[in-house]
Amino acid sequence: MDQHSQRGTVSLRKVTKRFGDAVAVNAVNLEVEAGEFISLLGPSGCGKTTTLRMISGFELPTEGRVHISGRDATDTPPHLRTVNSVFQSYALFGHMTVAENVAFGLRVKRRDKPTIERKVQETLDLVQLSDFGSRFPGQLSGGQQQRVALARAVINEPDVLLLDEPLSALDLKLRQAMRYELTRLHDELAMTFVFVTHDQTEAITMSDRIAVMDQGEIHQLGTPVDIYERPATRFVAEFIGEVNMLEATVVGGDGTRTEVLLSSGDRLTCAPVGDSRLTPGVSVVLTVRPQRVLLTPEGGIDSQEHASLRGELRELLFLGDSTRGTVGLADGTELVAVRHNEDGTHPFGTLRPGDRVDVGWRHGTACLVQ
Amino acid sequence: MIRRRPSRRFANLAIGSASVLVYVFFYVPVAVLVLFSFNQARTGGRWGGFTTEWYSALFDNDRLITAAQNSLLIAVVATAVAVVLGTMLSLAIDRRTFRGRTAAQQVVYLPVIAPEIVTGVALLAFFSLTLGRLNDLLGRGAQDALRMGRPTIIIAHVAFCTAFVALVVRSSLRTLDPSLEEAAQDLGANAWTTFWRVTLPSIMPGVLGGALLAFTLSLDNFVITFFVSGPGATTLPIEVFGQLRRTISPEVNAISTLIFGASTLLLVGALVVQSTVSRQRSQRIRPLSRQPRNRAAQARATQATHTQLEGQP
Ligand SMILES: Nc1ncnc2c1ncn2[C@@H]1O[C@H](COP(=O)(O)OP(=O)(O)OP(=O)(O)O)[C@@H](O)[C@H]1O
Ligand SMILES: [Mg+2]
Repeated sequence: MDQHSQRGTVSLRKVTKRFGDAVAVNAVNLEVEAGEFISLLGPSGCGKTTTLRMISGFELPTEGRVHISGRDATDTPPHLRTVNSVFQSYALFGHMTVAENVAFGLRVKRRDKPTIERKVQETLDLVQLSDFGSRFPGQLSGGQQQRVALARAVINEPDVLLLDEPLSALDLKLRQAMRYELTRLHDELAMTFVFVTHDQTEAITMSDRIAVMDQGEIHQLGTPVDIYERPATRFVAEFIGEVNMLEATVVGGDGTRTEVLLSSGDRLTCAPVGDSRLTPGVSVVLTVRPQRVLLTPEGGIDSQEHASLRGELRELLFLGDSTRGTVGLADGTELVAVRHNEDGTHPFGTLRPGDRVDVGWRHGTACLVQ
Repeated sequence: MIRRRPSRRFANLAIGSASVLVYVFFYVPVAVLVLFSFNQARTGGRWGGFTTEWYSALFDNDRLITAAQNSLLIAVVATAVAVVLGTMLSLAIDRRTFRGRTAAQQVVYLPVIAPEIVTGVALLAFFSLTLGRLNDLLGRGAQDALRMGRPTIIIAHVAFCTAFVALVVRSSLRTLDPSLEEAAQDLGANAWTTFWRVTLPSIMPGVLGGALLAFTLSLDNFVITFFVSGPGATTLPIEVFGQLRRTISPEVNAISTLIFGASTLLLVGALVVQSTVSRQRSQRIRPLSRQPRNRAAQARATQATHTQLEGQP
């Protein structure tokens, strides 16, 4: 690939960052494609900010290389990198007006005055702050300040825009509005966005791909659907949404299907899996989303297309838009099924707590993780 | 509840009268001073009619005038140097990491805490030593020897003023969001541009405050100056003290009134500048939990915003 077509790519190659003895980022490999919206998602302290700061240049990797737009930028200082950042605290210059804030990047690059003026106006229009140019940041609401911070970054037409939890200081309603705003901006600018968040909803609704991080490592990189439907590790399964987790041991299988023995004593076939590490004897966790779990009277599940287990309905909980049934399996482990309530009828029919039931799921909807 | 009320009233009364007393203790003597600078009677506590004679006499009192010029010159030079040094010092000990940084942070305020007499004696010892050596080295005799005077006073004032400037600038550096400087770099500014365009303007209120403090302290410093001034150069406080020892001169009242007026003007000017700046920049980034809950609070907040904006073009 020539340099031109690589504009907007980011590539982290075995990047490690240590602070003293503590490893903040551990041998991370990440290939960001040009123009994509990628999220770094993970709990507090997992190394998201540190990863982002190695791309912006404010942290030097202890090991590994950082490539931006096809060039090795590891040793390039921040002010010479072709990336711009939106800071969590916005970091607006309080002594400058909104227009001066937005113009800052072009000013230090010594662009001519008419160009600067034109582009500032265009960019303020883009973030819908056309009439706010002469105000000071202190006179704006949180959401408006957020958009100034965005404008100030994107006016420089960076190859990559880095955003560190930009929405976390906003209240819920504004946060939802800004999610849409950011997505629109991404579409309009066709710029690579690297977005850091600990909010799974944010990541799932906005991203093309998500990198789920924990303790300095990327556990899984994939589309929101991948991450949600086919979690690669136990951590990912647990971190994103609600999930049932059943301890199990691999007892057999071939390239396309794996047979496991649950702690409840049930044997199940999971297909297709195709992970060569799942050899007999390995302990695994079977994960399945509550929305995928069927809950029927005994014998109500077609065992041809479904995995099925026997249990006892322990509890039914009406949640307004859905109902949640908890089933106890033979050894006491619990499995949760959630079903949407439709036009007032009970989604689980006449089942009552204490009934013997079958629970199951379509083959392929459950995942084995380690 | 009922039994508490009188005690609270008593507390309010105590606080109130204490505050009034503070103002009385400070401003009554000043008022007397101002009044007496226009008093025709030369001595004693009686009022002999209004006059501006002392003010005109002032301009014939060469020693006072020279001392005042000296004081101003010293204050201006010392402030200028101290502001630069003090700001650089704060940046160094707060923004750089180096061995002994904590120690440097601790000892920077020593000149602020140390009794002036100690600083004065120390500087005296230091200057006699260095000037003696310098005179030996240059082969100067009793006639043309280098003596203490304006330069030594300036050096001494720079020394303690720098500490005060650092004190004030550091407090504004500490409240400065470090991501501001990162944002500037992120937008393409090198270290130099970042300092001039972002860091310095952000800490400017602190720098100006420090300058004001340094100027005032230099202008009215007595103890340290007393030790390091020579026969060639005195400052106004020392000259005033000297003249008062000889006679009670109403000209001293006049010049003190002028100085008081000038410093009041300076202070008012600084307050006006600061309040204009802070009104422009008023940070309304509120944490979520502190956002107005009810309608009334919200309405008040909106109104406040409007009032705030009316001043804007
Ligand atoms: N300058 C530093 N010095 C020492 N340790 C640091 C430094 N910066 C980060 N760390 C450590 O590195 C780890 C990762 O920090 P990082 O800020 O990248 O986390 P994060 O994923 O962004 O978390 P959050 O969601 O809370 O912002 C943490 O354990 C943190 O304590
Ligand atoms: Mg972070």
